Amino acid sequence: MLNRFMQSRLRGLMVLALILIILPAFLGNPFHYELVIQMAIIAATVVGLNLLVGFAGQISLGHAGFFGLGAYFTGIATGTYGWSSVPALVVGAIAVGIIAWVVGRPILRLKGHYLSMATLAVGFIIAIILNNERAITGGPDGMPVPALDLFGWELSTFGQYSLFGLDISGVQAWYILVSVVLLLAVWFAQNLIESPIGRALRSVKGSEVAASVVGVDTAKYKSLVFVISAIYASIMGGLYAHFQGFITPAVASFEFSILFITMVVLGGMGSTLGVILGAVVLKLLPQVLADFQELETVMFGLILMLTMIFMPKGLLPTITAIVSKRMRKKAGGEA
Amino acid sequence: MLKTMMRRAGKCAVVAVAGLMMMSAQAAEPIKIGSFLSVTGPASFLGDPELKTLEMYVEKINEEGGVLGRPLELIHYDDVGNASSARNFASRLIRSDQVDIIVGGSTTGATMAAVPLMEQAQVPFISLAGAVVITTPVKKWVFKTPQSDRMAAERILADMKDRGITKIGLISGTDGFGSSGRTQTLEVAEQMGMEVVADETYSGSDTDMTAQLTNIRNTKGVEAVLNFGFGQGPAIVTRNYAQLGIELPFYQSHGVASDSFLELAGSAAEGLRLPASPLLVPDSLPEDDPQKDVVQNYKSEYEARWDAKVSTFGAYAYDGLMLAVRAIEEAGSTDPEAVREALENIEGYVGVTGEFNMSPDDHNGLTADSFRILEVQNGNWKLID
Repeated sequence: MLNRFMQSRLRGLMVLALILIILPAFLGNPFHYELVIQMAIIAATVVGLNLLVGFAGQISLGHAGFFGLGAYFTGIATGTYGWSSVPALVVGAIAVGIIAWVVGRPILRLKGHYLSMATLAVGFIIAIILNNERAITGGPDGMPVPALDLFGWELSTFGQYSLFGLDISGVQAWYILVSVVLLLAVWFAQNLIESPIGRALRSVKGSEVAASVVGVDTAKYKSLVFVISAIYASIMGGLYAHFQGFITPAVASFEFSILFITMVVLGGMGSTLGVILGAVVLKLLPQVLADFQELETVMFGLILMLTMIFMPKGLLPTITAIVSKRMRKKAGGEA
Repeated sequence: MLKTMMRRAGKCAVVAVAGLMMMSAQAAEPIKIGSFLSVTGPASFLGDPELKTLEMYVEKINEEGGVLGRPLELIHYDDVGNASSARNFASRLIRSDQVDIIVGGSTTGATMAAVPLMEQAQVPFISLAGAVVITTPVKKWVFKTPQSDRMAAERILADMKDRGITKIGLISGTDGFGSSGRTQTLEVAEQMGMEVVADETYSGSDTDMTAQLTNIRNTKGVEAVLNFGFGQGPAIVTRNYAQLGIELPFYQSHGVASDSFLELAGSAAEGLRLPASPLLVPDSLPEDDPQKDVVQNYKSEYEARWDAKVSTFGAYAYDGLMLAVRAIEEAGSTDPEAVREALENIEGYVGVTGEFNMSPDDHNGLTADSFRILEVQNGNWKLID
């Protein structure tokens, strides 16, 4: 019984935790840490987006808007008004949640292309506001964000800290922080999926009509998951702002929204670990291709195309399917 | 059989290459100059000539024996005009490549995104972007080579004043460049006792500015019109200005000081004035102008090497690199603090952009005089002042 429970819900989380623990052994310099920290922040955002896209079957092409709102809320609250980071992140998340609920109610009535267009517009509007409210956001030139302060500790990527008697650098401290956040994000997402809400969401994805016939309040559940994924984006946006130390309206841009959705599709819709893999691959690409900058967009397109043709279910689900098929064959051969 | 041979050959090659690399490393540790530029993307018109300039002069300096007897090594990344990738590449330059000095940042956004890193990591950084915020207030590790938009505003308004103009109509873009220019113009105008009687804006995607210009024309007392903008907008404003037949003196900012603007605006540009780098008129500079040689050399060398027209943006990179080299030579080492201090104390460096006199309160080192006022006459730039 316990064994089965472990297998279904916690196995993925354990694998992820193990990877996060082992990974520092392979990180050569602080820059590698920085990359991984960014990957983890983006990955947690995508885990939230996956709840909406992968499980509830609703698309959002404006998710960077919520990410950007969270980033700017944190930046403005801590930078301009001198709040400390935790209340800024929490209040930002609540504010973005309310905004998502208000815009989500009407637009989630739409389906298919119309829903995509509406979410696209939401993202655009947020980006335009961030660009034009120069007095508050600093306009297209962006604004600086102070270092994260956590219960009186200022977490700068260039600092030196001691934790349980161990000397760790600023990037390592950040790494530990975002690892915990990512694990929490995955843990929450997986629990949500296994809960009655998760079942209701999956029924919406399967067939919205059938779901409402059997008594699922589809409008309510769709808004709920939209709000949850927006809150994920907001919190991670806030952390991202603190980590980067400087934000521009590009964090809310259309390109960034597309990147998020591509990570979901590439990694595997509906697979929590899969979308993390998607985030890692797509975040690594610009650095790997730094010497062939012109090719980046081409590679980006090629990857998306090949995934759609050969692995429509996404990277991780396809790989697991192949591996388990092999294993079964082997087991069958021996028997 | 063939496979093993291939494999063996491969191994040999690897060993040989590794050996060569070790040998060159022993010869002289290179001085690493890091750079992140917008070589592709919407700001490529800035980054492309900047990179070409850096590549070409690093080569040239190395042929002439390097700096302090050590060769220069240029490590550059393309930030595609995106501020967050600029920040990431800056971090990579500092942490992974461990460069000695950074010359880069084509746009204000890219520069400002990297500034907190440079300040924390304590790496000397020479920015190639325009806005006044980069060096005001002064940041310990940050320097820049282009004149600020404030100087452009000062230069334009001073020229207007010389012509007896005190009331101006302003039309600016809503992008970063235009709006920063607008703020600076309003401030400078107040200081100089001039009045901005009309203040219109347009957005980057507008294709017709007739309405705004009509508003300006109908405002009482306007004696001259200034357009602060970047890219396509100013060319459209210029054409609309001619179509409306407005007779008032017309000024553009340094943002469009390039030959491609003349092509875009065509005959409508006739008679307009703007502040620009002497690079646009290298041959009409007077003989006693200290910049004449530098400007002519840079132009001819660039055009010979790349078979492309020289641009003022590349000149920012030229000055940035030369300032870096000079500072390292004066510091006698690549110790960051020593280089920073040498940079801060550079005096009388005559570059393509102007004459630089750095000080602890001025990390730009230029004055408004480094701009020349040009007028378009018969489809060409003519040096006025």
